[in-house]
Amino acid sequence: MTNLQPLDFEKNVARALKDKQLIKNIKSAMDTLVLKRKNIFSNTAETEQLRVLGNSTKTNALSKLPELLERLEKKCTQNGIKVHWAETIPEANQLVLDIMKSHQATRLVKGKSMVSEEMELNAYLQKNGIEALETDLGEFIIQLNHETPAHIIVPAIHKNKDQISKIFHDNIPDAPYTENVDELNAIARKTLRHKFKQADVGLSGVNFAVAETGTLCLVENEGNGRMCTTVPGVHIALMGLEKVVEKLEDLPPMLRLLIGSATGQLITTYVNMITSPRKEGEKDGPKEVHLIILDNGRSKIFADPQRRKTLYCIRCGTCLSHCPVYNRIGGHAYGYIYPGPIGKILNPQVEGLEAAGVLATASSLCNACEEVCPVKIPIPELIRRIRNESYSKDPASTVEGHGYKSNWIESLVWKIWTFINTSPRINAAGIKVLAALGLKLPKAGPLKQWTRYRSTPEFAPQSLHELVKQNGVHNE
Amino acid sequence: MHTYPENPQKVYYFGTCLVDMFYPGAGMAGIKLLQQKGVKVIFPSQQTCCGQPAYNSGFPDEARTVARKQIELFSEDYPIVVPSGSCAGMMRHHYPKLFENDPRIDQIKKFSERIFELSEFLVHALNIQLEDQGPPIKVTWHSSCHALREMGVTEDSKSLIRQLKNVELVELQREHDCCGFGGTFAVKQPAISAAMVKDKTEDIRKTGATRLITGDCGCLMNISGAMQYDKTSISGQHLAEFIWERINDEPSTA
Repeated sequence: MTNLQPLDFEKNVARALKDKQLIKNIKSAMDTLVLKRKNIFSNTAETEQLRVLGNSTKTNALSKLPELLERLEKKCTQNGIKVHWAETIPEANQLVLDIMKSHQATRLVKGKSMVSEEMELNAYLQKNGIEALETDLGEFIIQLNHETPAHIIVPAIHKNKDQISKIFHDNIPDAPYTENVDELNAIARKTLRHKFKQADVGLSGVNFAVAETGTLCLVENEGNGRMCTTVPGVHIALMGLEKVVEKLEDLPPMLRLLIGSATGQLITTYVNMITSPRKEGEKDGPKEVHLIILDNGRSKIFADPQRRKTLYCIRCGTCLSHCPVYNRIGGHAYGYIYPGPIGKILNPQVEGLEAAGVLATASSLCNACEEVCPVKIPIPELIRRIRNESYSKDPASTVEGHGYKSNWIESLVWKIWTFINTSPRINAAGIKVLAALGLKLPKAGPLKQWTRYRSTPEFAPQSLHELVKQNGVHNE
Repeated sequence: MHTYPENPQKVYYFGTCLVDMFYPGAGMAGIKLLQQKGVKVIFPSQQTCCGQPAYNSGFPDEARTVARKQIELFSEDYPIVVPSGSCAGMMRHHYPKLFENDPRIDQIKKFSERIFELSEFLVHALNIQLEDQGPPIKVTWHSSCHALREMGVTEDSKSLIRQLKNVELVELQREHDCCGFGGTFAVKQPAISAAMVKDKTEDIRKTGATRLITGDCGCLMNISGAMQYDKTSISGQHLAEFIWERINDEPSTA
C-alpha cells in the first residue's frame, strides 16, 4: 500500500503547510542533521578538497559507465554473484519474484533500499503472496503505518516519539503502549529478530559497487543490513546503474563524504563489503547472492552531458536537510520517493515533465543544496534546465515531455519583457506609467499572488535613471 | 579569491531594475558613496536589467538578448559596481555559463571579472572608513542567498555596519535561511514562499531591531512587504542608503 497519489503538488503543499506537527517534527530533525554535518565537516578547506575528489570520482566513473558496468558484472560473476539487468521497474520486480519463487520462498527481510522504494517492491510482492518486511527501524515504522519514506536517509523523521508509540501499539500484536525509547527499541528488536530467523531471502540496497573487485559496499547503523545480507540463505542486492565506482581505493573518500553528509558521523556502525556468497568451509553467509542492476530511465539521463550530473547523486539526503522548501513541506508533498532538491531534478527526468515538471518550480534557487552536495551536483543549474525544457519546443531538448508548459501567454510575456529591456526609452516610459498608476494597478496575475501575503510594492515617483540625470552623474 | 582594483579612479555603475523602479534612493546612495571616495561614477543611461528573471524562469534566449545589450554598454575596462549581490552574481558567475557557446566568450568572461558587489568594492577596493553621525539604533542584517553563496560578500556588508559606532547590529538566528523571494518563485509557489518569509520576519522581530538592513532589493521588497502586511513596525532599508544617511545625516536623494 502506498500513500502516493498522482502529483497534485499544490494540494500536497497546502496540506503539508497546515500540518503544524509535521512541520515541527521535520524542522527540528533537519536542524539536528544540519548541525551534525556542520560539526563533522568543520574544516572547510579539507571538506572542499574532499568534495572536489568526490566530484571527480563520479565524473570518472560515469565517463566510462558502460565499461565499468561490464567489468562489475564480470568480476561479480567470477566471485559467484549472479548479476541481472533490469531496464524497467516491472522487469526488476519480476526478477526479485523469480528468485523468490525458485527457492519456494515466501518471506523476505529487507534492509534499507531506495531502489526498492522506487520499484514499489513491497506492494508488488504482497500482491504475489510474499511477505516483505522492512527491518531498518525507520522503514519498519513507516511500513507499519502504510507510508512511504519522508526522507532518503531518515524515512520516519516526520514522526515524533509519541506518534511512533501509537503506531507500534496499534500495529504490533501484543505491543504495550510505551513512550520510552529503549522499550520501543526493544519491541522493534524482538519483532524483527523473530522475522530474521524465519526469512528465506534477505534484500539490501547498495551504496557503492566497485568494478575493480566486484565488491558491493553497504553502510548502516543498526546491523539490520548485516542481518539481511548474512542470515537468510539468499541475498538479493538492488542498485541503480549509477552506483558503480571504478576502484576499491575510491571508497574511503566516498564513504567519508556519504556518511558525513548523511548522518554527520565519521563512520557508520556497520560497513559491509560483500564480494561473494558463502565459500566452501565458511560457516556463515548466504549461499546465493544476486545483484539486480536497474536502469529505469537512468541511461536516458546519462546520454545528456549536463543531465548526467544528476546521476552523481550518492543519496546522502543532505540537500533535503538543507533545503528551505523541504523544511517547510516535508517529503511526502513532493509525491515521489525522492523528495527535496534532488527530487526536483530527478523525478521530472525519470517520470517526464508532464508528470513531475512542476517540482522544478518549487525552488527559490537559494543554492543551499549546491553548497553542501558532497559530489557537487549543480542542482540549481539543473533546475533551470528543467524549467527551460518545460517551455522548450526545441527538438534538441532531451527531457521527456519538453514543451509541455509552452503557451503563448507566457512566451509573449517574456518577449515583451525582452523588448522592453532592450529598448531603454520604452523601458523608461513604462516605468513612468507604472509609477503613475502605482497602487491603482489591478491585483491580477503575479501581483495577486504577491499581495496574498505582502503589501503592494510601491513604485518610486522618480526612477534611478531620472535621479542620476538630475544629479549630473556621468552617463558615458 | 577575487582580486580588487587598486586606487580605482573610474567605475561603471549598474543600478539594477528593482532599484530603478522601487528603490532609486538606494541606487543614488551607492553612487554617492563611491563619489565621496573620489571615484568618478559612470552610469550608462541605456542600462536596464541583468536578465536574471528570464534566466531563472527557463528562458535563457531572452536572458541572453537582454544581457548582451548590457554587456555592450560597459565596454571600457572599468570595474562595474552593482548594489545587489544577486544581480552581481548573475553577471559575474552566470554570464560565462549563459554565453559559453558564444564566439565572444573570452570578452564576456573579462566583463564578468569586472563585476563587483557594492559592499565588497567599498571595503576592499576603496577601504572606506565610515564616521557615524546618527543617533543610536538597533538594526539586524539579512543576507541574500546570492550575496552569501555566489558572491561571498556577507561579511563585507556586515563589517560596514559594524564601522558605524552608534549602530548596534543584532544578527539573525537563521541568517543563512532564504527569505522566500526567489524571483518568480514568490508568485509561482506563493504558499511556500509565504511560509519562508513568515519565518524570516519572526526571526527579525526576535532581534528587537527597529530596522532591517539588506543589500538586495528583491529580498527587501519581499520582507518589507510581508512586514507591512502584518503591520510590523520594523522598516527595511538597503545598506547603501542606510550608510549614506548615517554618515551624512541627510537622505541620498537630497
